[in-house]
Amino acid sequence: MEKVILEVNDLTTKYVTRFHEDIYAVDHVSLKAKEGKSLGIAGESGCGKSTLALSLMGYYFPPLHYTKGEIIINGRKINNMDPDDLRKTILGTEISYIPQAAMNALNPTQKIFGFIKDVVQAHEPKATKEDVYDLAREKFEILGLSKDVLEKYPVELSGGMKQRTVIAVSVILRPKILIADEPSSALDVTSQKMVIKMLKDLMEKGFIKSMIFITHELPLLYNVTDEIMVMYAGQIIEQGTAKEVVFDPLHPYSKGLMNSILVPENGARQLKLSAIPGAPPNLKCPPQGCRFAERCKYVQPECKVHPIDLQDLKNGRTYRCIFSQKYLRKAYENG
Amino acid sequence: MKNALEQVFHSRKFVAGFSIFMVLLLLVFVYPILIRDKPLAIIGQGTFFPPGIYVDVYDSLNSTTYILNLDDAAINRINKALGDQQRQELKDWLMLAGVPEDQIDINNTELLLDLWEKSYDEALMIPGLTYAEQRYYQRLDDSLEGLLSIEGVVIAKEDAQTGELEKIDSITQFDYVNIGEVTNVRVLPLGTDNFGRDVLTELVKALAVSLQIGFVAGIVATLIGLTLGLLSGYVGGILDDFIMFITNLFTVIPSFVLLILISFSIGQENRGAITIAVVIGFTSWVWTARAVRSQVISLRNRDHVNLSKLSGHSTFHIIVNDILPYIASYVIMALILQISSAILSEASLSILGLGPRTTDVPTLGLMMNWAMIYQAHILGKWWAYFPVIMTIALITFSLNLMNTGLDQVFNPTLRE
Amino acid sequence: MADGNEVCLCGEGLTKIYLDGRQKNVAVDHVDFEIFQHKTISIVGESGSGKTTLAKMLLGLTKPTEGEIYFQGKKRDLSTSRKRTEYWKFIQAIFQDPYSSYNTFNKVDTVLLDCINMRGGKRLPHKKKYEMMEDACCFVNLKFDELTNKYPFELSGGQMQRLMIARIFILKPRILIADEPTSMIDACSRATILEMLMKLKKEEGMTVIFITHDIGLAYYISDCVYIMEHGKIVESGSAEDVILHPKEKYTQRLISDVPKIHQEWDLSTIN
Repeated sequence: MEKVILEVNDLTTKYVTRFHEDIYAVDHVSLKAKEGKSLGIAGESGCGKSTLALSLMGYYFPPLHYTKGEIIINGRKINNMDPDDLRKTILGTEISYIPQAAMNALNPTQKIFGFIKDVVQAHEPKATKEDVYDLAREKFEILGLSKDVLEKYPVELSGGMKQRTVIAVSVILRPKILIADEPSSALDVTSQKMVIKMLKDLMEKGFIKSMIFITHELPLLYNVTDEIMVMYAGQIIEQGTAKEVVFDPLHPYSKGLMNSILVPENGARQLKLSAIPGAPPNLKCPPQGCRFAERCKYVQPECKVHPIDLQDLKNGRTYRCIFSQKYLRKAYENG
Repeated sequence: MKNALEQVFHSRKFVAGFSIFMVLLLLVFVYPILIRDKPLAIIGQGTFFPPGIYVDVYDSLNSTTYILNLDDAAINRINKALGDQQRQELKDWLMLAGVPEDQIDINNTELLLDLWEKSYDEALMIPGLTYAEQRYYQRLDDSLEGLLSIEGVVIAKEDAQTGELEKIDSITQFDYVNIGEVTNVRVLPLGTDNFGRDVLTELVKALAVSLQIGFVAGIVATLIGLTLGLLSGYVGGILDDFIMFITNLFTVIPSFVLLILISFSIGQENRGAITIAVVIGFTSWVWTARAVRSQVISLRNRDHVNLSKLSGHSTFHIIVNDILPYIASYVIMALILQISSAILSEASLSILGLGPRTTDVPTLGLMMNWAMIYQAHILGKWWAYFPVIMTIALITFSLNLMNTGLDQVFNPTLRE
Repeated sequence: MADGNEVCLCGEGLTKIYLDGRQKNVAVDHVDFEIFQHKTISIVGESGSGKTTLAKMLLGLTKPTEGEIYFQGKKRDLSTSRKRTEYWKFIQAIFQDPYSSYNTFNKVDTVLLDCINMRGGKRLPHKKKYEMMEDACCFVNLKFDELTNKYPFELSGGQMQRLMIARIFILKPRILIADEPTSMIDACSRATILEMLMKLKKEEGMTVIFITHDIGLAYYISDCVYIMEHGKIVESGSAEDVILHPKEKYTQRLISDVPKIHQEWDLSTIN
């Protein structure tokens, strides 16, 4: 059995709006990030994937609020830790997070080295400038970044380079797990490839033990991760290995997502692109039964009655639908 | 639009500023209805009458008299005329006049006044007393006359031919009139100014005129700035270069200096309130123009403007429909600031004596100017200038508060 | 006109130089192209390759620094506002960001009403206008009754972009320039938008110029592909030729850098 780095059980977090309405953006989510494996989270915008990424760190600030569930990193429960304690002992050293626009968060008036110094000294106040410099140079060398970058200002770097620098800095304290939320979606394809290569290197060289990768771009997700979870309206609706989820999706929503993949490959022109009609439900008052029922082609009256439980197949494959896998596969074959 | 207004009125700062401003505006409109005096009518013969209630003495003689036996009336009267300071001054004079110190008891009113009456002589020249001090003792002597008397005063009428006096009435210390029954009573809450004009009435009128100047100047400045900013931002090219050249020119020359020069060259005769307002507006449009231009440049490349072009709309239509609404909130904020700074500019100009030269309307700046020329601040006549300062502060404070409130609503980065 | 081989828009030596102080910034560099009727053409390039500037020049929103655009065999003339309006009856656009494509102070009906007016329907009775708007919304699977009297910010990104297609449906231009119409919306709505664009093209016989950075999308949708790099067109040809058998190094790199699902994505080519 592989070692579990990050375990999340039944995590629920909510946003509280100005009018004191609760929006459960992460609703009873459980997941396990295993050593040496990367976990992907897919879903359309507004399905709660970025909120999940934020919630995983156990650090909440309004309007995001913790409701229930537990987060365990390396055997340590962090969901009820003191925020200061959490910041000192967990964030950066156990778990690290790269938001979508991370590269824009660099202070334009500070050299990259200054930024690294701030990060390191926040955790090790005694570290001298030389210590930090040695540490940074060593890490940059392993990650294939030139050490000249340390002496540059953010404006002197290209978008891809900035993003790679931010990633390098976020793993400088050797966190066990890295959460990357759309780290490459603002970049062009070449820079994207560099960023992805770096993330893969981090895993291979053992810099980080595990990674959670979030994106709406399915071909990318397929190439980067070992396992994929599909999120819809705050819930996990399907989980499996990357291959299974992309080529043999079970949930009708996953099926719809996979049908929207466009790649420049032979035969792609002959594919029939099919769209999912309608829009996701309003999470202020989610539907009673299956949350996808309104948009589902195969909907039955009983779908709308009770909340649907995850059906657990063997080998960690789960999906949230009342139909059997056999029925679904057959339905997809017949169109 | 409705939504935006609602939000604006949820901002506490805006509501506070708006309330103060509305109170001032209400004062401007309601006061002239209640008090119908001409604002610049000279009513006081003399300068700087202090604030208070003025009762016509002649009318009070003709009013019904009531006798009230009040124990402390006499004591009050003595204390008012003969305070501790006056007693000491009497002692000082007496000693200078050669009365030995041990004979003077300043705490015994009767003895002291007796001694004073015996010793004081107006014509006596005491060495070491200035003329002003001599005059002061004369006045003091007058005020002490009859202080201890209980016989009252006789009112007599002088016969025009013979010059004989005919007694009409007599007043005792116990006679009172009811102020409500006296025909002519005038309240001067802020006294009178150096010309003898009622300061409050004058102040309200000055506030109205200053607001008028502020609005005219603000609107002139905003209109010029908005037009130039829109043209230079939207049309671009050579027109932009030209407008920016002029704008930079105006930026480099300090606008207040320009204001002074223009006001001076217009000449005293032609400087009316509205002229000054236009001049102020003409020298303060620069920042509006620059800000509008930069906003328009960023809006010009937005897709909705492109789409509007593709839908065949004219440039004028695009500017009015697709650009103006986006900068409207900003322009209104700029207008509010322009109004408040125009009021201040007028005040500064007038203090220098370059304000509107008029004899029929006051402005806040002119009131300050008059108070300054007649040395109200040196003479301690606070009512001539302090209320004016407070009014200027209140207007600019309320306008700036409104501006900050609007900024909070329309500037997303300042939202909580 | 029916043979579909007629050139309806062509450009010769199109160049756009932006002046940034004294620095010259060449956005589009001597681009030549021909666009045939009833075809779907993709212009593919990374950010900063000048594809959006090229689109703006084609639309007549930006003046080319150099070069000419020929429209239906004649030199394009946009000197008067009447000529511009005539031109824009033939060529229209959908922009990248639906959120900034709307004037947030106008109700969404205005967008469609403007189009009806532009097509000469200014004096039509109110009922007829209403019907036309209803038709257009129906075409993009929107219910007009639910949209009318709403402000743009009350719609989702996908709905906004569909309404932009409804606008094109009313205008019925001969050429449509779609500038990354799907890059700001997520994968599911993307399929919907593409589906509608293709339906529109088929029904109205439009020529579509698709501007995108997504090479997979370009391959799926277009007959003909232009690849742009630093303001120059480096490769052009049929979609099959260019994307499955790229000749230029830049095109090859571009294609190899895109993640795929059936083939191995080779990460080792990066130095």
